Order: sequence, then C-alpha cells, then structure tokens
Amino acid sequence: MKAAVAIVTVVVFASVPLWLRDPYLMNALITTGIFIVGAMSLNLLLGFTGQLSLGHIAFFGIGAYVSALTSLGFDAGLPFGFRIVHDPWPPVAGLGLAIVIAGLCGYFVGLLSFRVRGAYFVIVTISFAEVVRLVALNWVELTQGPLALTNIPSITIGLPGVGDLVLRTKLQNYYLVLAVAVAAYILISRLVHSHFGRAMRGLMENESLAVSVGIDVTKTLTLAAVISAAIAGAAGSLYAHYIRIIDPEVFAFINTVTMVIMVITGGKGSLAGPVVGGMIFGLLPVLLRPIMAPEAQWIAYGGVLIVILFVLPRGIVPSLAQRFARRRSRAKTVTPGVFSERDAEEHA
Amino acid sequence: MSEFLQHLINMLVLGGTYALLGIGLTLIFGIMNVVNFTHGVLYTFGAYIMFIVVHQLGFNFFLALPLAVVAGWLLGAAIELVLLRPLRGSDIDTTMLVMIGAWIAMQSGILWIWGGVAKAIATPFPDAPLVLGPVSVSWLRLFVLGAAALLIVATYLLINRTKLGCAMRATFQDQDTASLMGVNVDLIYTSTFAIGSSLAAAAGALLGPVYVVFPQMGDLAAVKAFAIVILGGLGNITGAVIGGFILALAEELGAGYVSSGYRDAMGFLIIIAVLIFKPTGLFARAERVG
Repeated sequence: MKAAVAIVTVVVFASVPLWLRDPYLMNALITTGIFIVGAMSLNLLLGFTGQLSLGHIAFFGIGAYVSALTSLGFDAGLPFGFRIVHDPWPPVAGLGLAIVIAGLCGYFVGLLSFRVRGAYFVIVTISFAEVVRLVALNWVELTQGPLALTNIPSITIGLPGVGDLVLRTKLQNYYLVLAVAVAAYILISRLVHSHFGRAMRGLMENESLAVSVGIDVTKTLTLAAVISAAIAGAAGSLYAHYIRIIDPEVFAFINTVTMVIMVITGGKGSLAGPVVGGMIFGLLPVLLRPIMAPEAQWIAYGGVLIVILFVLPRGIVPSLAQRFARRRSRAKTVTPGVFSERDAEEHA
Repeated sequence: MSEFLQHLINMLVLGGTYALLGIGLTLIFGIMNVVNFTHGVLYTFGAYIMFIVVHQLGFNFFLALPLAVVAGWLLGAAIELVLLRPLRGSDIDTTMLVMIGAWIAMQSGILWIWGGVAKAIATPFPDAPLVLGPVSVSWLRLFVLGAAALLIVATYLLINRTKLGCAMRATFQDQDTASLMGVNVDLIYTSTFAIGSSLAAAAGALLGPVYVVFPQMGDLAAVKAFAIVILGGLGNITGAVIGGFILALAEELGAGYVSSGYRDAMGFLIIIAVLIFKPTGLFARAERVG
C-alpha cells in the first residue's frame, strides 16, 4: 500500500514534463523541488529529533558556495600572507565537495550547539547562519560579496559511450532534482526506520529516559545533524548549478523560514510531510502572483503559518493519517501503546 | 587614544538603546518563556510611529517619543491577547513559530504600507556636534542617551518599587504560587508583553532619527537583543543593561579595529561564545541547560 503510493507519486512527478510545457511553471517546480530536498533534511532534525534548527539555510548556502567555487576556481588571500589558489574542477566534484563540507560543518555546529536545548539551541543556530552570511558578504576576494558569483557551470555527467552530457535545459534539471529528491527520501526513510531512527525518536520523546537505556545523546544528535546538513548541502549545490548565480542573499533568514513552514504545514516527523508542504508553499507564490503584490504574499505566508499552527498543529499529513487510521481501527482493534499514535504518523 | 575615547562615547549612546531592547526582551523571555521574534518589528514600528507623527502629522519631535511608546504598548498588548493567550500551555516551539509568522506578516505589512525606501526623520537639534576636547558627540545622540537612561531607570523602578512589578517578579519565580497568592497571571502576562514591546518601540523611536527608518531595520535589532539577553542571563534586568553596553563596546571596537563589515557579526559571535563557554550567561545563577 505504502510502496504503491510512493511509486505512483514518483511516476506522476516523472510524467509532469510530458504534459507541462510552460517554462515558468517548470522553473517553479525545479526550485520547489530543490527546496523540498532542503525541507526533507530539516525534517530529519525537526521532526525526528525534535530540535528546531533555524540556521538550516547555512548548510544549503555553504553547499551552494562550495560547489560554485569548486567549479569556478578561485584565488583568495589568507591571513599572514598565505594564498589559496584553486583551478576549476568539474561541477560533479563540486556537488561531492558540497555534500562533504556541508556535512563537516553540520558536525562542528552540532557538536557545539547540542550543548544547549530549546530556545538557546534555536538562537545559536540562527547566529551561525548569520555569521556565515556576513562572511559571504564581506570576504569579497573569495565570494565576490554582494556582486555575486556568476557564470556557474551547469552540472555535467560523463556517460560511457555518449560523452559528456551537460544538464542545461529545464527538462534535464527537473529529472536531476527529482532523482536527488527520491534518493534523499529513500535515505531518510531507511535512516528513520533503523536502530538509529528509533534512538532519535526516543530522545525526542523523553531525553532522560533515552539516556538511561543507553542511547548516546551527543552521538545520535550529531549524526542526525551531519546527515541533515549534507543533504541540505546537496540541495544547495543543485540550486547553484541550476540558477547559475548566487549571492549572500541565499543565506537570508526568510529562506530558513520557508523550509520550516514547508515542514510544519506538511507535518513534522512524517516522511511525506515536507513533500506535501513543499508543493503547497512552493507553488503558492505562482498562484498568488497574478492577484497579489509580493509584500501581500508575504503577509499571507505569515498568516497561513499562524493559522496552520492554530488549526492543524501537527500538520496536514499526520492529521489525515490519524483520521485514516481511526477509520481502519473501527474494523480491527489496534493495540494501544506508547508509540501507537506516532506509528500512525510514520505510515503516512 | 582620542580614537579610543570616541569609541567609548559612541558605545555609551548605542549601549543605552541596546539596553532598552534587551530589558524588553529579557522580561518577556524570563516571565513568559516566549522567544519573542516580534521584538524587532516592534522596534521598527516605534521608528515608523516617530516618522508618521513628525512628518505626516506634523507634530513636535518630543511629543512623538511618548506616542511611540504608547503605540508600542498597545500593539504588544494586542499581540499577547490575540496570539499568545490562546497558546498558553503549548510547547515553546509552537509559540516561537507563531511569533515568526507574526513577525513576517507585520514586517511585510510595514513594507506594503510605507514601501521599502529608507526614510530620514528630521530633528530639532543643531547639526554642529558638541566638542569636548578630543572627542565630539552630536546633540541628538546625547538626547538619545539621556532618554534611554530615563526609561531604564523608570523600568527599574516599575519592576522593583511597584505592586505590579512585585507581581511580575513573583510570576517569574513561580507562576503557580504567585497565582495562589492572588496574582492575576493573565494580566501579568499581558502587561509584561506590553511593557517589553513598548521598550522595543522606544528604542526604535530613539535610534530611528540617528540612522534611517526602513522595514527590515528591526531584524538586526532583534538578534542584538537576543545576544544581550543571553549575555546578561535570562530575566535579569541588570544583566540586560550591562549586556547592552558590552555588546555596544564589542561592536564599536570590532568596527574600529577589525573591520566595519563585521560590526554586526559581533552580536552573533557573542551569542555563540557565551553559549559555548558559559551557557548560564555572565550574571545569572539560574540553571539553563537541559
């Protein structure tokens, strides 16, 4: 049942370019897809470990900058007269480095910020993202600052027998993003259903109890942060090679908020949640564009976030799943248990 | 040496308004356990009230300041009644996200109504600065420092010498016991949020004429306020005042001797450093981790 839904969803998404010819909508779908990958990675932290990271865009932006700089090459000065010079590498290497370096940043940020919880964790993560943004803005020699990095090459895939395939069109990028999104979904799904996933949820439900049964808090949370950051870095790399120009505005707090809204609306702690929430909020601006000024759209965004938190505090997918599960439970009795409610969410 | 003295003078002026911002946030954070993301918007709102009263209504500059404080008080009370009261008892993440939603909606509303162009507020002070030996300071900045000091003292007296302040402190220590002693906790929450908001609006109204007024001016102010609260310790008013001056000093020295581009990074670096090395804040006794 669950696998069937997943396969049908992927087939529907894969068939979209066959009947959708509008380049504007295709563009919206590609950027939405990239942000959905980011939202999925955020959900791993927010939904499965319960840590609200509001600096998530930092990893996305680090991925974008690392990938762009790797494929463009740079020559930047360091303190004490050292210089680092780097010749352009193929963009695929940029994608790989983006994943590795974003993951490393996730490791160090996780190590430092998981020392505090709740509001303090949120504020540390915001601060981290802002410091990275200010570095990107001020280290002009490396990042061009507000002048932006331009002419970022498109991703090139070497196919045996065919030669190099440059992914330049919207169609090619659409399938690339879809492939990465499916891969990220499968990775997160496997992770959540593993021993490690149970440890994460145990920590979220009751940290002291989880510790008492031998779960290593720091290790579990840091590993979640590393994987989450690495996936966000991959999304950032895709973004850089698709848009082909990035500036420090990529680190804007509003981008983190967009991802958070996607996760909360769809349902945190539900695998399909970020996809559903992402589709709604990624395509909402497209629908609102003809009828509303951009400022009014943001007012609507803020309003919708508040209304959803009041009306559907658990998000769309878990609420629907619960209703569905309740209907089924009339036919056959469900054994009640501590995790039964959460299991219902998980099957969504 | 004269350069250093000049930095110290600037630090005093900035620190006064930072302290106002910090006190407002630390009260709300400490008493209500709400991470108030609308604090920056209230700062922006105060500055815009100043602009409207002086330029669009044509009133006196000195009348505009109390009006901005009152307007901030009313908006804060409205936010508490409409958004926070129904959410009492829900987890801190939910209230935080609701406050983020309110912040986005209000900031975009300001952008929609008044546009994104930065506006300057005319002041009745002479352009020529007051020169004291090697350093100089403008009359406007002196007025800002004086007004901020007045408001800080007024808030301190309100918290420590009045019945309302006593009830607020009791609620901060133990909400249930305070409630049993006849403290109307709902009223305390609304007053706390309104007072905190009016202090943010006052800070915006004071710094608006010093710089320029634009819709996103509150974002950095909010982060600085968070830095001050973390530096001074949760709910600690004296700590917030000292934290405000420390942040201003760090910014002035950072801008003067490191790079002006990283002036605004100082607040964030302080937050990160304090939470890593001394997570209870510099002056707090309360337990915070876990």
